[in-house]
Parts: sequence; C-alpha cells; structure tokens
Amino acid sequence: MNAPSLNAALPDEPPDGPPKAQAAKKPPSMAAGRVRRVAARLGTLFASLFIALTMAFALGRLSGDPTANILGPTAPPDQREALRQQLGLDRPLLTQYFDYIKGVFTGDLGESLQFYQSNTTMIFDRVPYTLQLVAGGMAVAILIGVPLGVLAATREGTWWDRAASTVALLGQSVPVFWLGMMFVVLFAVKLGWLPAGQSGTPKHLILPALTMSLYPMAHIARLTRASMSEALGEPFIDSARARGISRARVVWRHAFKNALMPVLTIVVLQTGILLSGAVAIEYVYSWPGLGQLALQAVQFRDFPLVQAIVVFGAVVFVCLNLIVDVIHSVVDPRVR
Amino acid sequence: MSQIELEPLTQGDAPEARKGRRSRTSVFWLSVPLVVIAALVFILPITGLLPEGGQDLSNTRLPPAFLDGGTWAHPLGTDKRGQDILTQLVTSGRLTIMIGLVGALVAIGPGVLIGLVAGYFRGWADKVISILIDAQLALPFILIALAIISNRGSSLPILFLVLALTGWAACARVTRSTTMAIRERQFVLGLRAVGASEARIVFRHVLPNLAGTIVALGTLQVGTAILVESALSFLGLGVVPPKSSWGSMLASGQDELSQAWWIAFFPGLAITVLVLLVNLLGDALLTHHDPRKRRR
Repeated sequence: MNAPSLNAALPDEPPDGPPKAQAAKKPPSMAAGRVRRVAARLGTLFASLFIALTMAFALGRLSGDPTANILGPTAPPDQREALRQQLGLDRPLLTQYFDYIKGVFTGDLGESLQFYQSNTTMIFDRVPYTLQLVAGGMAVAILIGVPLGVLAATREGTWWDRAASTVALLGQSVPVFWLGMMFVVLFAVKLGWLPAGQSGTPKHLILPALTMSLYPMAHIARLTRASMSEALGEPFIDSARARGISRARVVWRHAFKNALMPVLTIVVLQTGILLSGAVAIEYVYSWPGLGQLALQAVQFRDFPLVQAIVVFGAVVFVCLNLIVDVIHSVVDPRVR
Repeated sequence: MSQIELEPLTQGDAPEARKGRRSRTSVFWLSVPLVVIAALVFILPITGLLPEGGQDLSNTRLPPAFLDGGTWAHPLGTDKRGQDILTQLVTSGRLTIMIGLVGALVAIGPGVLIGLVAGYFRGWADKVISILIDAQLALPFILIALAIISNRGSSLPILFLVLALTGWAACARVTRSTTMAIRERQFVLGLRAVGASEARIVFRHVLPNLAGTIVALGTLQVGTAILVESALSFLGLGVVPPKSSWGSMLASGQDELSQAWWIAFFPGLAITVLVLLVNLLGDALLTHHDPRKRRR
C-alpha cells in the first residue's frame, strides 16, 4: 500500500484482501517481530562493544603522551620519538583508531612492549589457567550460594534467614584477596595441608578457587533469596500447595524454576567479571593467569598489552551477555 | 459486610507501622558503631594514648599482646620496622574513611545527575545514556582502573577518577528507573499544569523524592569504594607510600605472611568490619525507603 489512504489510520484492517489472508500472514509477522527484537538487542550489544573499545583506545592515547610514562620523564626526546614511531603514535589519531578496530576484528591486538610477543598469543596462553580458577570458583559458588538463598527464602524472617543473609553480606564485605592471604597463613603456613601458591596439581587449585568463589557465592545467595521470595509469593504457589503437592516439590519444581532466570543471568555475568577481574587473587597465589599478566603489564607500563587485555575483557563480556540472552529465550517462553 | 472489609485494613496497617519503626531503629543502631569508628580514628591520634608510632628496630615483628611474646606496649604487635600496628591502623584509617566518603561522592554526583536526565527527559538522551551505562557495565572495573593507572601512574586524584568512572553507571541506572516512576506521579502532572519549569520540577520536586534512595545508594557506594581502594592499594596501584591506608598496610603485610601474619590480619579485619557495617546500614536504609521491601 503505497498510496496513503484514510484506512491507514486503521492498520488492523487492511483495505485489500479478505480476513483469511490476514490470518495466514500472522505467523510470519510474529517471526518478524522476533527477528526485529533480536536485531535490536544485537545492535545494543554491538554499540556497547564499540563504546567499550573506543574507551579502551581513548584511555591509552588521549590522556597525554604514553611515551613519557613508559620511558620516564627524563628520557631524551629522540628516544621518545623512536618509541612513538614504533608504537605508531606518530600517525593521525583517526588512522590509529581504524587500524585498532580492524586489529580487534582480525584478532591482532598488537605487540607487547616488554615481552616482544603478540598480545593475542600471550592472552590465550594465560586464559586456560584463569578458566580453571573461574570454573572451580563458580562451581563452589553455585553449589553453596543457591541452596543458601533458597534456605533463606523458604524460611523467610526466621533465624535461618538472618544467618544466611548475614553470611552472604559478609561475603560481599570482606576483601577477598585478604581472606586468601589468611587462607595461606592457616592452611599453608600453619597447618601445611595445601600449597601456598603456584599452579600445577589439583591441590594447587583448592585455595585460589575457594577464595574466588566467595564474592559470587554471596551475590548468588542474595539474588536467589530475593528471586525465590518473590516466586514463593505468587498465587500459583498457593494453588500448588492447595493441590497437595509436597513442599519440596513446590519449592524446587514450581518456585525455583521461576526464580532461576535472574540467578542464571548473574552466574554468567559474574563469570565474565572473574575472567578478567581476578587480579588480586591471582597475585596472592602467584597464579599464572590473565590477572597476573595484566598486573605485569601495568607495572611495566606496557600499554599495548593493557589495552589488549581490556579489549579481550570487553569482548568476553559482550559474548557472555549474548549467551544470557540466548538462555533467556530458551528457558523463558515469554521472551520467545 | 463493611466490618469484614474494615478488619483486614486495621490488621494490615499495624504491623506495617511497627516494621517502619523497626527499620528506623535498626538504621540508628547500625550508624552508632560507624560513628564510634570514625570518632576513634580521628580523635585517638590527638589524645596521645596511642603507642609511639616511629621505627624501633629492637622490637621488630612483635606479635599481638594476646599471643606468646607480645606486650601491652604494642597491643596489636609491630611490623618489620618495629612500627606499632595499632597506631598505623588508626592513622591509616583516616585516609581509608576519607577515600570511602569522597569516592562515593564522586560516583554518586555524576551518576545521579545523568540518571535524572535520562529518567525524566527520556527521548534520545535516555537512549544514549542507557547505551553508555550498558557499555560501562560491560567493562570489568579492574581493567578500567589498570588502563588508567598504567597511563597516569597512581595518585589520589587518579584513584578518585577510577572510583568515579567505575561507580557512576550503577548509580545512574537506579536513579534513572526511580525517576521514571516518580515522573508518572500525579504531583508532577500538577506541577506541569501550573506551569512550573522543567528544571524546577526536576531539582525542587523530583530530586527530593529521590533523596532516600540516593542516601542508601551512597552508603553502599562507600563500602564499594573502600573495597576497590583496598584492592588497588594492595596491588601497589592505589595509595602508595609515604601515604598509608588499610589497603596499603595489607600490601606491606603480604611479604611477611609466613613470619608475621598479624601485619596483614588487622587491617583486613578493620576493612571487613567497616564495610560490613556500611553495607548493613545501606541495606537498612534501602529497606526503610522502599516500602515494597518493608512490607516483606
């Protein structure tokens, strides 16, 4: 319908074609809505990624001359000029930016100033270690956090609830790396049960993973409690109880299933934060992961490597956000 | 019939009022220890009651008084230079608390303003701000901090810049959603009808309605700022000597763990207690200002 007509004001009633045709058209229009929604979501995520990438770029370049920081304030000007050329900082800013974006999408994140190696290679050498730690930590966090939250929600207002909530709040208030240090003192120095640092055997993984689990565990417990307590207040729970369904079944099959989504979301997002944010914990345990690499890069003022790690973190985070959306649409039929 | 309708009203009202009062008293009782800690940290150094804080190489790595070999002259022991831990704890506490308060303010200020604009004016400004918030939350804060510090070195202004950059987005998101709810209320419509200017509505009427939420958010942000500061200082990227905070005390205790664990133990405990109290207070304030939660 190219010609504007009076009927345009009534979009529900197409001027041509019988009602049957409209009914037949309905399913594709729903699919189109879904495609549009997915496209919009992808667009937002890509916009976020671009802003994050631009921020990483800007942080590296617009805040003054990095060569002065790398070589120290007393470095002779010709040395600084040489480094500027080596880093490509003498080119126009826009050219640098486009090369950088191109590099991100082709997997080329530049070369490190201190290791003379490809940043991408070095990052992917470290990722398996961090991944071990994050997987172990998240497993513990989920196994303790979810039951703790459910316990608090099902016994809302009781002593159990208060104890579980306090434990969760404590987990969010303690500097986890400090707790890691105290674990080292107790389990490695005093009792000698576990190694204090480095990696290698599964034994080496226990303390760091336990330390790593604390913050997400607290977060998961708090969120599970809030989400469960909301689900348990829904009318369908009363109806399930009235039908004589056992208490455990009501809690786990009816309420928990409905409370699962926010918990799943936070699990995935916390994983993203841990993947690149575990700098202090990896430092305490001399764990050779991505966090240590980031710290080394900062200490050496190796700004191409710092920037590469920031980019990696942003890309991982956006991918995980995408996974959350996919899980949402699979688990929750309302989103589909 | 009318009696049956009245009954639930009176029954439902009384516990609610009682719970409101209870949340107010819990806010009061949670702020008491915080005031005490702040008073101790700022007043104790003036009184001269603290042990001598200087170096004393004949008394290095003394354990706390309650352990074998400790003395009451140094209640919490000494570090590798013989400096008293208690004195260090009290004097470093000033900078820690200051960083917590200023760090919360620099995040809350811009966060609230941005959220207010997005939530009240909506339209394209809201779209842009929402994307910015998403992007900010998509970057793990520690990486932003590392990127800035690797470029600018570590100093207090840089630390506050990091705290502002990493904290504004969460504040803006909450402010935005709360503002969106308030702008739909009748009194805003009324104000528009009598011709009040948008700026007046936003700052004189919407903002005061947000005050409770902002105070609660700010309180929780104080805890976050202290934790972020302690992590950065621990890595040598926040407060660095000669300045000293609880986080930088942890850094100096890291190398001594096997010989003198108390050097790292007490500052960490102090951070935990302070942040826990602040978080409890923030939670109580949130509950107090969110009637939906209070009813639960």
